[in-house]
Amino acid sequence: MKRVAAILLMTFGLAAFFVARAVLSINGAGASFPEPIYSKWFDEYHKKDPNVQINYQAIGSGGGIKQVTEGTVDFGASDGPMNDDQLKAFQDKHGFSVLHFPTVLGAAVPTYNIPGVTAELNFTPEALAGIFLAKITKWNDPAITAANQGVTLPGNDIVVVHRSDGSGTTYIWTDYLSKVSDEWKTKIGKNTSVNWPTGELGGNKNEGVAGLVKQTPNSIGYVELIYAIQNKMPYGRVKNSSGQFIKADLASVTEAAAGAAKNMPDDFRVSITNAPGKTAYPISSFTWLLIPSKFTDAAKRDAIKGFVKWMLADGQSHTEALAYSKLPKEVVSKELTALDKVQ
Amino acid sequence: MAATSTTVPSAGPLAGSRSFFDRLRDGDEIARLITLLFAASVVLITLLIVYELWQGSVLPRHKFGFAFFRTSVWDPNFEQFGALPFIFGTLVTSAVALLIAVPLGIGAAIFLAELATARLSDALEFFIDLLAAVPSVIYGLLGIFIVVPVMRDVIQPALKNTLGFIPLFKGPAFGIGFLTAGVVLAIMVIPYIISVSREILLSVPRDQREAALALGSTRWESTWKVVVPFARTGIMGSIFLALARALGETMAVTMVIGNTPAIAASLFSPGDSIASVIANQFTEATGELYTQSLIELGLVLFLLTFILNGLARLLIVLTSQRGGAARA
Amino acid sequence: MTMNAQLRWRKFVSNFMLTMTGVCALISVSVLFFILGYLVYHGGAAINWDFFTKLPAPVGENGGGMANAIVGSAKLLLLAACFGVPIGFFGAIYLAEFSSSKIAFVVRYAADLLNGVPSIVIGIFAYSLAVQPFKHFSTYAGGFALGVMMIPITLRSTEEFLLGVPRSLREGAMALGASKWKTIGTVIVPAAYRGILTAILLAFARVAGETAPLLFTALGNRFWSEGWNEPTASLPVMIYNYALSPFEDWHRQAWAAGLVLLALILIINIVARAILSRGISVPRA
Repeated sequence: MKRVAAILLMTFGLAAFFVARAVLSINGAGASFPEPIYSKWFDEYHKKDPNVQINYQAIGSGGGIKQVTEGTVDFGASDGPMNDDQLKAFQDKHGFSVLHFPTVLGAAVPTYNIPGVTAELNFTPEALAGIFLAKITKWNDPAITAANQGVTLPGNDIVVVHRSDGSGTTYIWTDYLSKVSDEWKTKIGKNTSVNWPTGELGGNKNEGVAGLVKQTPNSIGYVELIYAIQNKMPYGRVKNSSGQFIKADLASVTEAAAGAAKNMPDDFRVSITNAPGKTAYPISSFTWLLIPSKFTDAAKRDAIKGFVKWMLADGQSHTEALAYSKLPKEVVSKELTALDKVQ
Repeated sequence: MAATSTTVPSAGPLAGSRSFFDRLRDGDEIARLITLLFAASVVLITLLIVYELWQGSVLPRHKFGFAFFRTSVWDPNFEQFGALPFIFGTLVTSAVALLIAVPLGIGAAIFLAELATARLSDALEFFIDLLAAVPSVIYGLLGIFIVVPVMRDVIQPALKNTLGFIPLFKGPAFGIGFLTAGVVLAIMVIPYIISVSREILLSVPRDQREAALALGSTRWESTWKVVVPFARTGIMGSIFLALARALGETMAVTMVIGNTPAIAASLFSPGDSIASVIANQFTEATGELYTQSLIELGLVLFLLTFILNGLARLLIVLTSQRGGAARA
Repeated sequence: MTMNAQLRWRKFVSNFMLTMTGVCALISVSVLFFILGYLVYHGGAAINWDFFTKLPAPVGENGGGMANAIVGSAKLLLLAACFGVPIGFFGAIYLAEFSSSKIAFVVRYAADLLNGVPSIVIGIFAYSLAVQPFKHFSTYAGGFALGVMMIPITLRSTEEFLLGVPRSLREGAMALGASKWKTIGTVIVPAAYRGILTAILLAFARVAGETAPLLFTALGNRFWSEGWNEPTASLPVMIYNYALSPFEDWHRQAWAAGLVLLALILIINIVARAILSRGISVPRA
């Protein structure tokens, strides 16, 4: 009797697993920074066109590059543009190129936890570089206090938190530091994962860094803007190339992109850290979709193209609610033209 | 009826007395061959993994050679890779984990097998098994939200005040680090020790206990000096399982270990382990040397496990006495 | 010390140590209850009918659920069991009943090594075998990765329990004229079944919560996964993604998912023991 029950249970269970549906399934993977907005977009697009199911998974920018090159996903996504070697690798493997399409803008902010300090701090590029190089070790170091006249900073040791996992956010942060500090450029460099000076703590993903900073007194870390906002953590202003201390917000980030839009290369691979512009936030970045230039499956190609067109139009209206900045108009029109290259 | 040997374990019938097909018809030979196939596939899979790790780490092996084991620098940007801090971290966290989990686990297993009533024992075992089912991610999160603050605010200062003269307990304490990772690992591996040890202890024949008690030993003496040694190899087996789990645990460790390639005497120091650094950097690793160096780290862990297992087995062989089968 | 004093001391030691073992057991069990309590406290609010029936909602929209992740996890575990349990179980039978000690040593060693391979490396391994050549992520690949992880625990533990069956039982069966495989099937395995079942359920519990291997094989899916060849959502991956997101609602759902996963394993445990229970077993010592 028990056996019969068991067998029946199993058959019912198995039967439930075989669900057939005539839907077009597209898979993409990559950067985790834009995951919230991507999940919103793909959901909205599925509502608009229920036959298309775009499944995006955040496995990291490098993962996105790797998998789209391997061909295991239909498109990728990355916070840092593919470099020439990676582009060549894709071309060699597939025989055609991969194209970059910026989707939204993001910013990395310095978030801190100093007992007794609730004010918004100003950070100069020298201060940030010094802190993360472990050269500036105390909060009341002149390099920091000089820019924060009205604030009493304690003489405590600074605890630096960085990303332990490879990440596009690290890429943006180190890209900025490499531009503003020669010492950083030669000693550490820019990459998704770098050799941080000793004594610093590593947190897992943006949330991990935010969590560590929140819990550890006298700490400072860098996170994507939305994590600082959602976790209700203080984050500082950064001095931009025009000498202004700017706080990261939707407007200042878009300003950074607008400055770069004029000189945007055709393949959209550009870094906008330390961008020109009076109100531009200096640690901003595009994030890109990586779309192969040729598809064997026409249905998939049309679906993806349709999505990108929608994303550049209606999609942009969803970004601000999630603390992502819109693409400047010039970039949008350029992308629409570039979309024709996808065959 | 042809005779098959009765001693266990053994293989095959009397040599040469029957043809292959005669033996086959018996059923035993088929059973032996089929189960052999399955056992062999275990070895095959393991070898395959080693092969993949070996093939996948060609570049760094040629570039760094044995220096990979000695150097401490891990710099993806300037392409310098050394495994020493990660080997250190893996060993330290696993050691801490076992130091905590083995006494606790064996103690609990003894209680469940010897003292508790059958009902209580089964019920408690049920719950302890659930500890194995908690996803490693949740362990990591609980580590961050509960263990780390407790460590930072309560336990580490207490240790510093009392045992601060020992280098193990010196230095700044952030809550995350080797000690915390070891504690989290201990919780994760305890169910394996308890559940397997308990079953082994339960299977020790009644007469062993009764003989000891009849000779005038106390309950504890009969347990500790007779029953436990009888079950020694099974208990050692459970510790092997726990050790392997601790060496390879990825998710939970990476959230609480601090992720700094550091070699320090203090247990309060943040550090990193092999599994943790692979998990953190593999998906983002760009460039062949970088990716392959991470794969070589996997190979290093394999080697580490190999050596540790060998040492432990040697220990068993050297200390084995009569009472309970001595199996390596 | 006089005989009496010595006896009192030994009795004291005995009572003390036995109490300590009770303390050990208490600590171990309380940790579990603490974890359960934490999960219920933080995730309980997110458990509702929607959680079990709806697909994940994008951020900002409350509600949504993890129906696809629950089904996905079930599918993955089924595949893992189909692959891992037979290898572990029959391999253990070979080790305990048929093999020479040399071969047994090698196989046991290999199993212990396999057990020590980090889950991420298993993921990478499964990726190169089951994803790369086929050019897509799939439930099959995820099941394969998890199955590989089940093998060592199943193998080693089953072997221990098989070897623990008293010699008298074996010899009794042989004396009655049973062939080896009959003895194994009808006497030895049933005698050791409790331990074997424990081993399998333990292995099951372990892989049910693994994230890293799935990231490389089954990837993840915000929608329903058709059949077995598509990427699929799973509870551990959802927990990972949600817990490390910045949104409170997703955090709650992550804890809830942890609770659901535990409940799933609990149910499987109960059901398995109930269905496979027999009247006969070796009497407890």
